[in-house]
Amino acid sequence: MSSSTSHTSTIGAIGAPSRRNTELGLLVFAVVIPVFAYANVGLAINDEVPTGMLGYGIGLGLLAAVGHLVVRRFAPYADPLLLPLATLLNGLGLVLIWRLDQSERLQQRAEDLFGGFTPDAPNQLMYSAIGIALFVAVLLILKDHRILQRYTYISMAVALVLLILPVFFPAVNGAKIWVSIGPFTIQPGEFAKIIIAVFFSGYLMVKRDALALASRRFMGIYLPRGRDLGPIITVWAMSLLILIFETDLGTSLLFFGLFVVMLYVATERTSWIVFGLLMSGAGAVGVATFEPHVQQRVDAWLHPFSDTVMAQSDQIANSLMAFGSGGVLGTGLGQGNSDLIGFAANSDFILATVGEEFGLAGMMAFLLLYGLIVERGVRTALAARDPFGKLLAVGLSAAFAIQVFVVAGGVMGLIPLTGMTMPFVAYGGSSVIANWALIGILIRISDTARRPAPAPAPNPDAEMTQVVRP
Amino acid sequence: MNKPLRRIAIFCGLLVLALLIRDNWLQYVQADELRTHEKNRRVLIERYAQERGNIIVDGKPVTGSKRTTGSDFAYKRTYKDGPMWAPVTGFASQAYGATQIENLEDGILTGNDDRLFFRRTLDMITGKKQAGGDVVTTLNGSAQRAAFEGLGNKKGAVAALDPSTGKILALASTPSYDPSKIAGNSKNDEKAWTDLSKDPNKPNVNRALRETYPPGSTFKVVTAAAALEHDLYDGPDDKTDSPLPWTLPDTQTELKNEGDLPCKNATLREALRVSCNTVFGKVGADLGKDKMQETAEKFGFNQEQFVPVRANASVWPKDMNRPSTALSSIGQFETATTPLQMAMVTSAIANDGKLMQPYMIDELRAPNLDTIEKTSPKELSRPLSEPNAQKLQEMMETVVQDGTGTNAQIPGVTVGGKTGTAQHGVDNSEDPYAWFISYAKTDDGSPVAVAVVVEDSDADRGDISGGGLAAPIAKNVMKAVIDSKK
Repeated sequence: MSSSTSHTSTIGAIGAPSRRNTELGLLVFAVVIPVFAYANVGLAINDEVPTGMLGYGIGLGLLAAVGHLVVRRFAPYADPLLLPLATLLNGLGLVLIWRLDQSERLQQRAEDLFGGFTPDAPNQLMYSAIGIALFVAVLLILKDHRILQRYTYISMAVALVLLILPVFFPAVNGAKIWVSIGPFTIQPGEFAKIIIAVFFSGYLMVKRDALALASRRFMGIYLPRGRDLGPIITVWAMSLLILIFETDLGTSLLFFGLFVVMLYVATERTSWIVFGLLMSGAGAVGVATFEPHVQQRVDAWLHPFSDTVMAQSDQIANSLMAFGSGGVLGTGLGQGNSDLIGFAANSDFILATVGEEFGLAGMMAFLLLYGLIVERGVRTALAARDPFGKLLAVGLSAAFAIQVFVVAGGVMGLIPLTGMTMPFVAYGGSSVIANWALIGILIRISDTARRPAPAPAPNPDAEMTQVVRP
Repeated sequence: MNKPLRRIAIFCGLLVLALLIRDNWLQYVQADELRTHEKNRRVLIERYAQERGNIIVDGKPVTGSKRTTGSDFAYKRTYKDGPMWAPVTGFASQAYGATQIENLEDGILTGNDDRLFFRRTLDMITGKKQAGGDVVTTLNGSAQRAAFEGLGNKKGAVAALDPSTGKILALASTPSYDPSKIAGNSKNDEKAWTDLSKDPNKPNVNRALRETYPPGSTFKVVTAAAALEHDLYDGPDDKTDSPLPWTLPDTQTELKNEGDLPCKNATLREALRVSCNTVFGKVGADLGKDKMQETAEKFGFNQEQFVPVRANASVWPKDMNRPSTALSSIGQFETATTPLQMAMVTSAIANDGKLMQPYMIDELRAPNLDTIEKTSPKELSRPLSEPNAQKLQEMMETVVQDGTGTNAQIPGVTVGGKTGTAQHGVDNSEDPYAWFISYAKTDDGSPVAVAVVVEDSDADRGDISGGGLAAPIAKNVMKAVIDSKK
């Protein structure tokens, strides 16, 4: 293991090819595949190649081209897979949202409930453009990710504000995760995810020695000192508060999980994981006993087909039936009935459409695409030369992974459903924009990590010398 | 810091792996179960995606399909003479599922049945739309009409069988409902469905198959069959040596006849003709519950019948003391039967003791009219020997010639029958059930056996008797069958 993996960490980066042409090649696929999918939907639903296909293809191609050129110019050594993967998922997401826009059932539903139907795909295309713009901005402004280290405590303040803000706005569909400013509604949790990762990275980089070394050994594990427990308890309490006041299980789980992962990476102490699991378990059970919203979710997860659950919401049952009806090969794009889910069919439950129309084969491909993004993120963390970059990269990757797991696990009935969106694929401005920023930061870190080092500067980090061994 | 990083990488890998495993579980292992789940609307969408096959009576469909708009169902079921045929067809509703034949033969009607697989595949390749097959029933349109119109706005049911094959010729139940009105999923259908479910007269119950009534005196033919089969008496004209009044065994209670009847030491024939409770009560008591049970079960009691629509099991109580056995033998106490069961009893007697399995689906047809499956008549049991059956026929014919059943006489045709008036309710406070069972006999054997029950009536209480209310309906049904054979 050591010989092959150590190669991938830092040493391999020296003199590494930039791989920009690989990225370009992959991007071509990432644009062409969604364009074909788009044509496929049109042929299945209206028996003709959709008129918007050219515009859509050009739009997606343009976004990809801008992204690629900016990376080529400003982050030439960046990981070549991240941009094509995100583009492919974003493109397919647009196709899926456009496909659900064509659903008569959803159009009728919107007319019955809101008195009118507006297609979501054009909006999503606009959000994607804003997302790419933010991605470009990140690469242009953030010349080196270590600059973010300066804003550790400002990040904390901003993250807190973002997390607390939704409490003052009315709940939408049972969860207070929205902030509405004029005509826009924003899901600040999506942005807080990135900002809080910045804070954790900066904080843990400073405090990790204290947290790691000052501990007592008890029954084979290192127990942290009482005062070092402070931060973890604070974050724990905060995620519980989010759960209670914003009834947002997903965000709560995401932040606590993110913190435990980063704490573990920073300190290398397994005891933190044990603590983290115990505390989240206790917190979840504690809240579930008196919070009806959480109880409902658990009930719906355990008995999705029971009459009482179906009377409240048949979403999970419909989602499961969509997956089952897709079978191994799926019905084909535009030919399923995943729109039976109704509410949130193109956001939280968009994977059900993937499952029904692409089948098991396509769904596994989607999951592997997400897995690849996470893998590239963790690899970036391994390759990064500074602890802050390592922590930030692994934090962002872990947040991405946990979000994918929580959403996909929820709609597939593996875990209770939480209100979160599938990165890039699901409809929602905040989600797409924030995730493009996340990819931007990862690309920046990976560029720094893979850039040929001018000279091996003396590194205070003992760990770093370890990986130089062949 | 790289060791924990690798572990985190593995952890993230495990998260993805868990999702992949769950996905395989959902979309491969559980796929079929979820795809055909009763709450999965796709099942209905598929059911109504093309014109549904038809249910055929006398070579003509009694169902149809109509193109609909404004819904995800392309076609809607329609019915001709819906209320009349509802007990046969059941319904296929976009909103409320399907019942009876519509449900049991759904695969053929939608074209999804495995036996149509080859054709379906061929159609898919040649680009033809999937089509449903037809279900050809055994029913006789004019007999059904006679039964349905005979019941009119009275509450009741009719079941008629072809004794030699077991084919169901008529299956009527009133009050009925129009399945066309609940076939869609509009607001009107919803209202019709709510009204139907709330109706105290229960029009949605198929009384011919699913309602069990006390059979009253019609059960005496079963008791008579048991007496002959177990050699209690040799023939219809043996004196039965029964006293009048007759006290129920082990009690001080006298069993009463309906009026001042010549039942003292009457022959079986005479006792059946005037419907003596005392004689048949005593026969039942003398035979004992086990012998009675043996004969009753050979006729089909205590067992659900599948025609292929399920019919409730008729009841001959298994745990009884001697007085209860006597009461049960005259169709009281807990004895209860479906109209179909009494038609089976009659048909077994008319068919010289051979009980044929009743059925109402003659044939399943592919969309191109090829036969996929044809039902062949099957013997269910032999409740009584041929000579005994003929003795019993003589007795039942006497009932129609100059007994309680004269209303069922058809000129030029031999008719055997038995009336019944079953009291029920606390202290017999509710309207009695009027029963009539009968068969007709021509030179080629017996073409029809029928059982009629009329639940209640606004008519005079004294008027309610099998002979008065039920026998004319039975007569018309028999006549319709005989006429249609000419």
